[in-house]
Amino acid sequence: MTAGGVVGTAELLDFVYHEARLLDEKRFDEWYELLTDDARYWMPLTRGQPESETFTSLCYEDKLLLRVRIDRLRHPNAYSQQQPSFCQHVLQQPSVETADPQSGRYVTRAPFMYFESQLDRQLILGGVVYHHLMVMAGTLRMRMKKIELVNCDAALPSIQLLL
Amino acid sequence: MSRYRNDPRAIRALVRPDEIHRDVYLDRELFDLEMEQLWRHAWLYVGHDSQVPKPGDFYTTQLARELVIMIRGSDGVVRVLPNRCAHKGTRLASAVHGKCLGGVLRCPYHGWTYRLDGKIRTIPLKDGYDGTAFQSSEAAQGLREIPSVNYRGFVFAQLSGQGPGFEEYFGESLTSIDNLVERSPQGRLEVAGGVLRYLHDCNWKLFVENLNDAMHPMVAHESSAGTAKKLWDSSGAPGPAPMVIEQFVPFVNGYEFFEKMGVKVFANGHSYTGVSFSIHSKYSEVGEYERRMREAYGAERAQRILGEVRHNTVYYPNLTIKGAIQAIRVARPIAVDQTIIESWTFRLVGAPEELLARTTTYSRLINAPTSMVGHDDLHCYRSIQEGLTSGGDWVSLHRNYSAAEADSVAGTYGATNEVPMRGQFRAWAQFMTLGMNAGGSAA
Repeated sequence: MTAGGVVGTAELLDFVYHEARLLDEKRFDEWYELLTDDARYWMPLTRGQPESETFTSLCYEDKLLLRVRIDRLRHPNAYSQQQPSFCQHVLQQPSVETADPQSGRYVTRAPFMYFESQLDRQLILGGVVYHHLMVMAGTLRMRMKKIELVNCDAALPSIQLLL
Repeated sequence: MSRYRNDPRAIRALVRPDEIHRDVYLDRELFDLEMEQLWRHAWLYVGHDSQVPKPGDFYTTQLARELVIMIRGSDGVVRVLPNRCAHKGTRLASAVHGKCLGGVLRCPYHGWTYRLDGKIRTIPLKDGYDGTAFQSSEAAQGLREIPSVNYRGFVFAQLSGQGPGFEEYFGESLTSIDNLVERSPQGRLEVAGGVLRYLHDCNWKLFVENLNDAMHPMVAHESSAGTAKKLWDSSGAPGPAPMVIEQFVPFVNGYEFFEKMGVKVFANGHSYTGVSFSIHSKYSEVGEYERRMREAYGAERAQRILGEVRHNTVYYPNLTIKGAIQAIRVARPIAVDQTIIESWTFRLVGAPEELLARTTTYSRLINAPTSMVGHDDLHCYRSIQEGLTSGGDWVSLHRNYSAAEADSVAGTYGATNEVPMRGQFRAWAQFMTLGMNAGGSAA
């Protein structure tokens, strides 16, 4: 990485691909390390939804809740995961939506498909994912992962892993 | 071969005082009969009148098998109409929420139009019906209003128009809605915060039963709520626990807590847990809200309203409410093993927005398709669905059964008692066979 907050497009794209791969390989602790302390993992419930606590979301989690989620997946009595789920992200090449080298902040956008399987069941979701990234101590970290599902208003089945 | 249709005795035999036959969860014919009998004679929750604030505003949904439209008329009255053209049965409104253009409902096929009360307004080239029997036909009646009651904003309908009246059906259980409404300093609610829709691949009754099942949280939710509790306890973080921890942790309280919170059971399948206290009792106070409540109701009444922190109230068969956090869940059966659960939240008009944030947070944590607590529960419902399909005819509901229930299940009990489920199935057998004569056909 170059000095200060300057990050090249290739490096941003690598981050996005790497982040998805960590989830697909269930390397949750490494994934967790990508998050800034104030990070949010957000799946809005409606299109164009403002970020607000007075409107609910399919998911809106801070580091504490994400830690609960990761630890639960490994809990011996997480009965819904005794037959474990697996996932696969398929990403279109991300575009860099905004870049502010001065503050070291970047936003990327990537259409995606997501497969989540549990033995004979498979769930397929699609949408657009936004990564809000920032440079901290010379390393890219994730401030926000916003997942806009194309069918955010559908009656959805259990989504047990992280998109 | 038909096993249950036209055979009320066979249906009643599925429900023993303390056991239930597995067919009630598995049999497709019984599911059909539920939609034709139980769900048509019961009073079903349709929607909240704040969803249709102005004349011509509508909300569409499905009750049992019937597509309905909840619509506010030009007289300001909210009515429930079949969402189906009287001509060829075309679904009229397809949006979930909408507004009638020009004050009429218009069929997308042949352009018949209806007034907001369901009467036919215009039919193109109407003289084509001259000299026919049209005027005396069903079609000429237009959209026949479905009997409904707007109880303090909550709109209920009875599809068959037969069976008990509204007050008789719900009785004293309506006090849970009263408490929810009175939690607004202005005595008014507004639907707000979005609706979470979660597809459950299980029979609708498994969800409804679970709402007053106090024996499962400490087992089923150990991995989710238990993990949250452990993480917070070991974090050594200073200050009060964040809202999400406050909401998660009580799920793994012990048996004693759940037993002592109590359950109150009414006739017709209704009940509520949290008679003395509940998992919502120890939420942090919102000082400004309590001040506004005292101002609106006086100190004593405000305290009485806020001191009532019921857990879940089941309005059998399709509505469950959490008055203490202004959230409701609506069960929409799709098939014998498929149900959509919708979670709606309310703004307490006149209360600080923090209260709305509290309920939307709870709803997301507990009722979203991504909810860890939801995953715990749905895994169990599905496991029951799968297990019962594989065999074992009778489901036990013996816990704390008393022969005194033969007369009436109504009363207050320790909440680990399975009496709310026994009450639900008593109502089930009654409304499944209502109006069937001994020979079986509907009267």
